[in-house]
Amino acid sequence: MFRLVYHECIKTFLKKRTYLGFVILLVVIPLIEIAVKIEGARFSSGFLRSLQQDFFFVGNLFNGWIVSHWIMNSLWVHIPILISFVAGDQLAGEATAGTYRLILIRPVSRTRIFFSKYLTTAVYTIVFVVFLGILSVGLALILMGSGQLLVWDSGFLILPSSDVAWRFFAAYIFAAWSMLTVSSIAFFFSSFVENAIGPIIATMGVLIVLLLVSVMPLEFFESIRPYIFTTYINIWQKVFADPVQWPEILEGVTWLGGYSAAMVGGAWLIFVRKDILS
Amino acid sequence: MVGTFCSIPTILKVSSPLTSDQILLTHDLSKQFKKRWAVTNLNLEVHRGDIFGFLGPNGAGKSTTIRMLLSLIRPTKGDVTLFGHPLSSQRFDALRRVGGIVEKPDFYLYLSARRNLEILGALQGGVSRKRILEVLNLVGLESRVSDKVKTYSHGMKQRLGIAQALLSDPELVVLDEPTSGLDPQGMKEVRQLILHLARDQGKTIFLSSHLLSEIEMVANRMAIINRGELVVQGDVSKLLEGGEHYVVIKGDPTAKVRSVLRSERKIVREYKEHDGQFDVSMPFEDIPALNRLLVQRGVAVRALVPRRSLEDFFLSLTESQTIE
Repeated sequence: MFRLVYHECIKTFLKKRTYLGFVILLVVIPLIEIAVKIEGARFSSGFLRSLQQDFFFVGNLFNGWIVSHWIMNSLWVHIPILISFVAGDQLAGEATAGTYRLILIRPVSRTRIFFSKYLTTAVYTIVFVVFLGILSVGLALILMGSGQLLVWDSGFLILPSSDVAWRFFAAYIFAAWSMLTVSSIAFFFSSFVENAIGPIIATMGVLIVLLLVSVMPLEFFESIRPYIFTTYINIWQKVFADPVQWPEILEGVTWLGGYSAAMVGGAWLIFVRKDILS
Repeated sequence: MVGTFCSIPTILKVSSPLTSDQILLTHDLSKQFKKRWAVTNLNLEVHRGDIFGFLGPNGAGKSTTIRMLLSLIRPTKGDVTLFGHPLSSQRFDALRRVGGIVEKPDFYLYLSARRNLEILGALQGGVSRKRILEVLNLVGLESRVSDKVKTYSHGMKQRLGIAQALLSDPELVVLDEPTSGLDPQGMKEVRQLILHLARDQGKTIFLSSHLLSEIEMVANRMAIINRGELVVQGDVSKLLEGGEHYVVIKGDPTAKVRSVLRSERKIVREYKEHDGQFDVSMPFEDIPALNRLLVQRGVAVRALVPRRSLEDFFLSLTESQTIE
């Protein structure tokens, strides 16, 4: 299995499309952070203006932590699009290229091929989120330094600088878990179409619809909200509460894991029964 | 049209258990797509050492059959047995000694030939670099081993397709239209490679082609399918010996030739006259008698050419089915 995953990783990471998301991050994040650095005091005064009417701040609240936290909050809707570029291509890409005809005639079970591809998708997703974290947090700290983190958790909360690093670390772990669910959905769509664009659009469609359901204040939507994965997709934000609400995080992790398992299970059932006509 | 030849007695019904000589058997192999049956009750038998030609007009079900043989498509009914292992229940053992190429050769274009073969070899437990170079050398691609496949011509991709089929040194090689899209020189090279694989390396070849002359040149056994059904199966030489033949006759005066052909209804089944020549449908063994009659009646016979190519045979079979 390790050999299959290794070669799937080679296929994935030698493909130019794989780096599209990385290139976008390499452009967007430095652009934002350099712009914030240049704006400097103006950004922080705008950000903190309303608070400064009621509070007197001591210390540096405009720092790398708060900027990277702000970026994390801003990009969590966009990151799934970039991830689905690759996850949606894993199975459908083979159909489009006609290479199913090469790999599925070999004496190896479709189940092993399937899971080697899913594990590769998981590796990509984790690498992508880690890259996002290192770039976002690392560059922000280099440009704007460390300090206390001001977050909103049913009210403003100021976390001391010594209490922030582990929270970011944990937040990115849970963000990777959320993004794995998005990858699993794209992977599911990828299993029954023969065009890589389809899974990307379908994943985005699902995400947009369910995000709307998650935020629209309608009674009907509220009743189904606990059962849709977008309710838990921002589970990482709960790490920045004080105290951390671990039971809520555990519930979210379980739901997201369940969604991932259901999507992968469905994709597997389709894949092993699929007639290869491409 | 010269005639309708449909008295071919050679259809083999294969339902016996696999013997050591039979390495591929299909048992009532059938595939249904929605309401349409693409392949119906197909019983094929390929022996060790065969170059087995698999023929049929477009849409006859050849590709569907090959996809079932290589487990790309699940049969609706029936099964495939490879080396004594049913494909449905012992897929790994069945495919372990089989290599193949299905339709056009598609690869990971952004990777080199070597990397492509490494990836495909990994699916079979891994292959050594030495073996990769061996197969690339066999198909004449050793000098392009590190080049990305997207820089390859169609002919080179076709040869790379054969190389990947040979990667695990299989006993049975299934080749689906391996000369498709090649120029005459490329076709000749592939044909020679097929003969080399069969004669010098002892491989069994299952060869599908729409170029009937190709099959005639290399195959020792063949099957023809039409509309998803087996029309005929057997030794190429025996199939071509039996049955009706065309005989092209050129002679003067043509009126006397016509008169002889009209009068000898016991020999001549049908004939057609065009451009001063007669295409005559008749049994092979009566050709000397007809020649004798023509000479006795004062015909100056300029040519008497028995014609029985696989193409004629193939067309006669498939057309007679179509007419029915």
